[in-house]
Amino acid sequence: MCLAIPGKIIGFHDKLGVRMSKVDFGGVTREACMDYVPDACVGEYVLVHVGFAISKVDEEEARRTYQYLEEMDQLQEIYEGADRGASEGET
Amino acid sequence: MALAIECPLPVMGHKQVVIGHGSGGRLSAQLIAEMFLPAFDNEILRRMDDQAVLNLDRARVAFTTDSFVVTPIFFPGGNIGDLAINGTVNDLAMSGAQPLYLSAAFIIEEGFPMDDLRRVVESMALAAKTAGVTIVTGDTKVVNKGCADKLFITTAGVGLVPEGVRISAANAKPGDAIILSGTIGDHGMAVMSQREGLDFEGALTSDTRALYRLVRAMLDAGEIHALRDPTRGGLAATLCEIAKTSGAGIDIDACAVPVRETVKGACEVLGLDPMFVANEGKLVAFVAAGDAQRILDAMRALPEGREAAIIGRVTDRHPSMTIVRTEIGGSRVLDLPFNEQLPRIC
Amino acid sequence: MKYVDEYRDGRVAQKIVDEIKRTVTRPWVLMEVCGGQTHSIVKYGLDNLLPAEIELVHGPGCPVCVTPLDMLDRAHAIARRPDVIFCSFGDMLRVPGSNGDLFQLKAAGARVEVVYSPLDCLKIAQANPEKQVVFFAIGFETTAPANAMSAWQARELGIRNFSLLVSHVLVPPAMAAILDSPDNRVQAFLGPGHVCAVMGYTEYEPLAERYKVPIVVTGFEPLDLLQGTLMAVRQLEQGRAEIENQYARVLSREGNTVARRTVSQVFEVADRAWRGVGVIPQSGYRLRAEFSEYDAERRFDVEQITTREPAVCISGEILRGLKKPHQCPAFAGECTPQTPLGATMVSSEGACAAYYNYGRHLVNIEREAAAARS
Repeated sequence: MCLAIPGKIIGFHDKLGVRMSKVDFGGVTREACMDYVPDACVGEYVLVHVGFAISKVDEEEARRTYQYLEEMDQLQEIYEGADRGASEGET
Repeated sequence: MALAIECPLPVMGHKQVVIGHGSGGRLSAQLIAEMFLPAFDNEILRRMDDQAVLNLDRARVAFTTDSFVVTPIFFPGGNIGDLAINGTVNDLAMSGAQPLYLSAAFIIEEGFPMDDLRRVVESMALAAKTAGVTIVTGDTKVVNKGCADKLFITTAGVGLVPEGVRISAANAKPGDAIILSGTIGDHGMAVMSQREGLDFEGALTSDTRALYRLVRAMLDAGEIHALRDPTRGGLAATLCEIAKTSGAGIDIDACAVPVRETVKGACEVLGLDPMFVANEGKLVAFVAAGDAQRILDAMRALPEGREAAIIGRVTDRHPSMTIVRTEIGGSRVLDLPFNEQLPRIC
Repeated sequence: MKYVDEYRDGRVAQKIVDEIKRTVTRPWVLMEVCGGQTHSIVKYGLDNLLPAEIELVHGPGCPVCVTPLDMLDRAHAIARRPDVIFCSFGDMLRVPGSNGDLFQLKAAGARVEVVYSPLDCLKIAQANPEKQVVFFAIGFETTAPANAMSAWQARELGIRNFSLLVSHVLVPPAMAAILDSPDNRVQAFLGPGHVCAVMGYTEYEPLAERYKVPIVVTGFEPLDLLQGTLMAVRQLEQGRAEIENQYARVLSREGNTVARRTVSQVFEVADRAWRGVGVIPQSGYRLRAEFSEYDAERRFDVEQITTREPAVCISGEILRGLKKPHQCPAFAGECTPQTPLGATMVSSEGACAAYYNYGRHLVNIEREAAAARS
């Protein structure tokens, strides 16, 4: 559990009394219920599970995380230094 | 005065297929004369015998049969008729044979719209013409409503295998390069997108097409050991079958397997793996290592092989097993799918 | 695909693996809670990339696997009724009850529909007013908002021929049960990313505190799982036991407050039985009294159910991380995805199916090595 995939909001409509949107997943679109992400807008990415958007993807946070991962080589030295310092500090 | 219980309307006047169209009487004759004959027209068929007598020289004959029951009948990129012709042609072509003659038997559910039947038949005529085959014999039956799901088509096909061509799953050998002719998962996802409740929109199209021209070009370019078209069960099933039959081990590079972005998107949403999704216009070839580049170039020169790629190699390690090197450098065993993949939420 | 492809980058994966190797100094046992995470680990061959010191144990994160046998039998009994259209996610179709599965019932003539969204059931109910539409509402907290909406909208739209058979389970009590077990070997958790996208992770803070285990809430792509593993291993090496959020691009500490509100209006917490584990108090959801008319258990009077578990199945021990699939005597012999004895083999999330489909060759290599040693 639980299969949820990020997709881009294309537009909004109503169905069965709930707010829906067409979501684009790599070029195919499917509708999803938007009631749980009321502030999501066209162009934003949401995480969709069983036809419901359950969360927005935070673009800035995603970029930060990815950059950190990419720069892992450089960061490794900083951590090694910090860990050595910490262990030397223990009695 | 006895009432003649026969329908006076010509076939084209019926909006739906009725039981009478399959009972061998006048309605049947009308259906054949007005629907099938004009579409499949050829000298042998015009003779209207119960069988077709064919001149086959002394070459080795490839012979195949297949049934087509796909639902829905019409899907983006084709219909059951296209599958029937292309599927049969491809089964023959996978032995290196030139496909020549097909039979087509129809089981039609009472009430099936005549316009739909015409669309299917016309597609078959066009597909046959494109593939260079003739439909030389056939049969029609109509069953009561509920006794068949709209339309079933059964085919048989014969072709001639050229001298010196020996292609078989058992022939795959260590060192062979494994070439895939194009993107996987297109057909299965196109059909699935039409099913109730899925409502996918956009760019999911069946890849149904005849592959003999491609095979011919490949045979001219180099040595082919094994060939198969990955239909039900997808690429995974085909690789596993060949590994088991030949006893060879197969190594696949996941990054080298081409998948359309839209097919990937649809698979991700439903939790399906494109490796297990059906194809109808692709082939996998096991070729002599030294000929691989030449064969690949010949494939890429044709539209049906434009996206061909080398996706792996045959190895003498892990016999009979197919192992995939994953996108992140790990490894996983590929196994024959037991059942049809179902969409999942977990 | 954006936010998917970049988290499957092999080059970056190797960097994280190297960093894990540099960080680890002794053996550690980690558990990934979610079945979807298990699926990803095995599909991408993650566990054979990690250094040998790290053992990944697969947790009970598969609502399909843990649906109790008597609930399955109840579902099947309802599906057999001629006045019922039984709707279910695809995952449940092949899970064996005491007498076959939904797939077999469908083949025998029962009206069973695979749905992709709970809202599909409402459409079916409207289109078939003379039938009773029953929805098998399974899942963890991730699926609760969607399932809740189906009940809510049914009431809004006045759809009377619809009901839910609820079998929802909650993750934190399951983790507590694992940690409480005297046999427990798990030292850190990769927490369920999508469950926490809905619920947030405040419920996990007391667990980390009480049991002194690091919990890193992790996503599902290979890079997420690797980064989550690295963060957990760092905590273990440094002697910390905190909650960390690896999946920050999708979730926050509070989760989705709108979704949680609807869930709490439709469902309430209750005791639940977990297949292979037993009853865990306050570990599931049931419909609130205000929605009791949509409860399929009340609407359908199902006669006494006698359940029958195959004796050899050790699903329970596998779900709790006490045993690995290949340690089961029936694994890959009597019990295969084609002929499953328990739910961990049927569900593609189940540890046994995942091992069978993806990891068997490693087990064979291990077996051969062990045989050579002895």
